[in-house]
Amino acid sequence: MPAAPPVDYIERTKTLYSSLGHPPYQWVANSDTPPWSPLTKALSECKLGVVASGGIYQLGQIAFHHKDDISYRKIPTSAPIDELRITHFAYDLTAARQDPNAVLPLRALNHLVAKQRIECLATNALTFMGGIYSSRKVKDVLAPAIVAELKEEEVDLAILIPV
Amino acid sequence: MSLSSARSITQSVGTPRAVYLDYPLGQTAGRAGDIVEQNAILEETCKAFEELMSPGKVIDLPMRWAEDDAWKDRVLRPYVPLDGPEQAAESLSGDQRTPREATPQYQSGQDEVVADPNCERCIFLSESA
Repeated sequence: MPAAPPVDYIERTKTLYSSLGHPPYQWVANSDTPPWSPLTKALSECKLGVVASGGIYQLGQIAFHHKDDISYRKIPTSAPIDELRITHFAYDLTAARQDPNAVLPLRALNHLVAKQRIECLATNALTFMGGIYSSRKVKDVLAPAIVAELKEEEVDLAILIPV
Repeated sequence: MSLSSARSITQSVGTPRAVYLDYPLGQTAGRAGDIVEQNAILEETCKAFEELMSPGKVIDLPMRWAEDDAWKDRVLRPYVPLDGPEQAAESLSGDQRTPREATPQYQSGQDEVVADPNCERCIFLSESA
């Protein structure tokens, strides 16, 4: 059977929220061309930064709250998977709690290092709870802090795993 | 590079580089427990770093959630009560969000007991830039 087109989450939330009597959610729509930094060396010589918005925290850390939480956690990329925990109000957590690699793939990322596909990972993955309704807070407060962390780690590349 | 399972949102935001995995939300890096697939997705992501040469493009990954795409019909649809076994299929539809509590929401009570109130790797930011 041929694949159905991708789920249009923007259109679906508009329809659903309207049916529930909520005002329409204002999705971010940037018309500018996204920024671009060319890759200037082989991937095998690159340090990779990791950012994930699925609400992942490590055992021993304070969990995220669910009301526009703009804090973030630093989780060692060498952390044992069984110390990863998940909290989020807006997606089905069953799979992620069963195997946190589904939203923070530390095992597969470390595998890239083991097979020398990339040189190394940043010391810490940076995680937050992405259900933040204020795009202004994300753009003005959280995103610059994440960028500063990535710069401090001197990563060559970064991967973002949203949910 | 953004991994994404929400193509329309990723395109609306605009990302320098993106790969799209056409899966239900919550398994953006591959399905739970499937290390072979998770490795394959990260390998495809590495290839995308090497292949993408201009901003804003999205590479569609070849993985498919199921032979049947019926799951897509149920995502975020207005809730319609069903009877019997069909009730289970409804778990993907309707407004599934839980209330947005303003206190830490631990996965388990035990997590809360062992949480370090002075956690150095928990970074709290001032609300105003």
